[in-house]
Amino acid sequence: MDNIILEMRGITKTFPGVKALDNVNLKVHEGEIHALVGENGAGKSTLMKVLSGVYPAGTYDGEIHYDREVRNFSTISDSEHLGIIIIHQELALVPLLSIAENIFLGNEIATNGVIDWKQTFARTQGLLEKVGLKEPPSARITDIGVGKQQLVEIAKALSKKVRLLILDEPTASLNETDSDALLKLLMEFRKQGMTSIIISHKLNEIKKVADKITILRDGGTVETLNCHNEDISEDRIIKGMVGRDMEDRYPPREPKIGETLMEVKNWNVFHQQHRDRQFLHDINFNVRAGEVVGIAGLMGAGRTETAMSIFGKSWGHKITGEVHMHGKLVDVSTIPRAIEAGLAYVTEDRKQLGLVLNNNIMHNTTLANLGAVASSGVIDDHMERKVATDYRTKLRIRSHSIYQETVNLSGGNQQKVVLSKWLFTTPEVLILDEPTRGIDVGAKYEIYTIINQLAAEGKGILMISSEMPELLGTCDRIYVMNEGRIVAELSKAEASQESIMRAIMRSGEKH
Amino acid sequence: MVAETSAPKTTPSIGEYLKNNIREYGLLVALVVIMLFFQYLTDGVLFRPVNLTNLILQNSFIVIMALGMLLIIVAGHIDLSVGSIVAFTGGLSAIMLVKWGIHYSIVVPLCLILGGLVGAAQGYWVAYQKIPAFIVTLAGMLVFRGLTYLILQNRPIGPFPKDFQSLSTGFVPDFLYFLNPAPDTIVNFFSLVVVVALVALAIYYGLRDRRTNEKHGTENEPFAFFAGQMFIIAAVAIFLGYQLSTYKGFPNVLVVMALLIALYTFVTTRSTIGRRIYAMGGNEKAAKLSGINTERLTFYTFVNMGVLAALAGMIIAARLNSATPKAGVGFELDVIAACFIGGASASGGVGKITGAVIGALIMGVMNNGMSIMGLGIDYQQLVKGLVLLAAVFFDVYNKNKG
Repeated sequence: MDNIILEMRGITKTFPGVKALDNVNLKVHEGEIHALVGENGAGKSTLMKVLSGVYPAGTYDGEIHYDREVRNFSTISDSEHLGIIIIHQELALVPLLSIAENIFLGNEIATNGVIDWKQTFARTQGLLEKVGLKEPPSARITDIGVGKQQLVEIAKALSKKVRLLILDEPTASLNETDSDALLKLLMEFRKQGMTSIIISHKLNEIKKVADKITILRDGGTVETLNCHNEDISEDRIIKGMVGRDMEDRYPPREPKIGETLMEVKNWNVFHQQHRDRQFLHDINFNVRAGEVVGIAGLMGAGRTETAMSIFGKSWGHKITGEVHMHGKLVDVSTIPRAIEAGLAYVTEDRKQLGLVLNNNIMHNTTLANLGAVASSGVIDDHMERKVATDYRTKLRIRSHSIYQETVNLSGGNQQKVVLSKWLFTTPEVLILDEPTRGIDVGAKYEIYTIINQLAAEGKGILMISSEMPELLGTCDRIYVMNEGRIVAELSKAEASQESIMRAIMRSGEKH
Repeated sequence: MVAETSAPKTTPSIGEYLKNNIREYGLLVALVVIMLFFQYLTDGVLFRPVNLTNLILQNSFIVIMALGMLLIIVAGHIDLSVGSIVAFTGGLSAIMLVKWGIHYSIVVPLCLILGGLVGAAQGYWVAYQKIPAFIVTLAGMLVFRGLTYLILQNRPIGPFPKDFQSLSTGFVPDFLYFLNPAPDTIVNFFSLVVVVALVALAIYYGLRDRRTNEKHGTENEPFAFFAGQMFIIAAVAIFLGYQLSTYKGFPNVLVVMALLIALYTFVTTRSTIGRRIYAMGGNEKAAKLSGINTERLTFYTFVNMGVLAALAGMIIAARLNSATPKAGVGFELDVIAACFIGGASASGGVGKITGAVIGALIMGVMNNGMSIMGLGIDYQQLVKGLVLLAAVFFDVYNKNKG
């Protein structure tokens, strides 16, 4: 075992308030396909960013040995120069340029700044043959499908003389045929001696191609499994991914569950951009008074899209289905109507969608229900001030005053301002989309406490989260979504990380 | 976990306060400095009663349009077509008044409505079809200039009836002439009384606001600051009011302008509509997800701009006593520059009515002062351009520093 191409030793990477990677070790042998698995937030992408120089040497602790030498990459081009190429989940192609232009973007075949188109096209043709893509080099990226775009990315990597190819969720947006073709290509490359690291949630695919599997959990390495020594079952992998102790990170709560508040029936939605593709299929769920209901699923499962399409049809088109509140059909076709019906939606992205960052706490607090602090269109300063002060005290928003601009608040306090805004609309059902993303442990506990209080007041909470322990720690009932469908409904007793993962994996294999 | 609920500070130190509000005071100080500078360079012509009156007449329409433009810029858009709308509505009013002989009491409201329709025609494309305002209003600029040439058949129309002219060139009569203590120097005693009364009112309301703020535990500016500011504003206002009263008193347009400034200040600071425009300009997606009808709001800011541009168009036509196809060429640039000098942000969400008004006055004083000095249009443009750049640089510098 001396043909180690890459060894990452003791990698530790901290962001303000969060340890994203803690003493991670990874050993990759030349010519193998090495899979990297773990839950959302386990640290897979961060590790690959450290490797490729997105986070330059010096911003992390630990050593990277590549080709038997210690490497300190300070930019992506440093790592690319040595043949380490990363293909991100969101493809980095320019949609309106041709395949050839994209492949040689930033790396043009040119003399004195004049591009040699003949050679560019000839070499593109050669690369496309290698990846088995039958499109002319002059085709525009926007005109070819996602599967083919993925192949263009790989061709681009080949053009840079790749030795270690890293693929981040390469098949997440591909259908089965395209996924199969891609995996076959990887196996083909393995025969030619190329090494690849593949990050994926699709365990069945990993089983098919991987030689080794390294499992990450909570920013640390759990284990590396060798697929040639033993037969690795999916359950074995899942156990490694989720096997952590549930600490006392969630405030206790005694649920008092009442009547059904909200019911969504036969909800079907087509994709916002790809207009002929159905994205959500027959979604049915309900939320009862005093109940915290979770929606679990992997990224891209359609959770946020479900919430947004219900909340004033803010996402998707050709939306069909019914929303009932207290057993009565309600109109949620616009956001004001959805608010009127008693819904509130705390967005996933606080900064882009939740707050007006250059406005102060007070202005953000009253924004969604400005009419309540105004008469005949004139704002009552004193009433507005009182409302903002009340919420600031109630939710313990840490700030100099209610006049502080929200851009200067910490993530946890920003989230509390967004919550204030929606609580002031006096909703019956609150949809919380990743309510604790990017905020520290202490603030998370406070958010959970607020959620418990709201449930105790008889409100219904629908919580979308990618952190399974969070859902298990706070929810009375959990729906599992995958590929635009609700694939399981689990009671508190049934729900566990294994049962959720299993529901996702099984449904994935059916399609 | 204990929240750091320290008692809100009611009296920040003067230095701290100045640092936080440097933009607003800086602008006011800049205006005063520029005025004194030109007063000196023009050997005292600038503050002469006749010239002050001219200054108001020449700049009223820029100020009026800056009010609407500020809302558009705060909403995150721009309107390049106002110069053409000025010419178009001016032309329409001339045709109705001069050619068709319709009374001005019908023509004025009708032209305001037409201006609103012009704004609506542009606002529709921006708000509902999501075409960038820069492109829509660039098209509008060409279209309405072209239409102006068409309806005027390439020729100026005039003169206007006297009563319409007086909208722009008339003065508020001296209702209190019988009380005038010094008829030899003061020509219009009423205007002086009004200025003094307004200053008294401003001080009264300022003090009352401070008291209610104290009662509610809200931050007040330091008293020395309040007093100093009030003193300067009062002194300047009474001085200017006195100067005007020794000539003909208040021009009618000054009254229109003052009322509109008051109205738009109120709308931007106190009304739900104003608040929503700022929120939309600050983060359109967040505003929309908070239940604000951003399309309708954008649409109406353009309608509003159209109405104000129509008003400006009639004021200009009345002042020149003729409607010409070339009226208002380049005005959009002065109006937009006024907003940016006044501290509005090109990315939306930031800007104040008072800033835009002071910005317009800075531009106006510079135009007027340089004209008196006999500087050509070449130097005038050059200086105005540099002042605009300097003002915006000052903003960016402050932002990066803080």
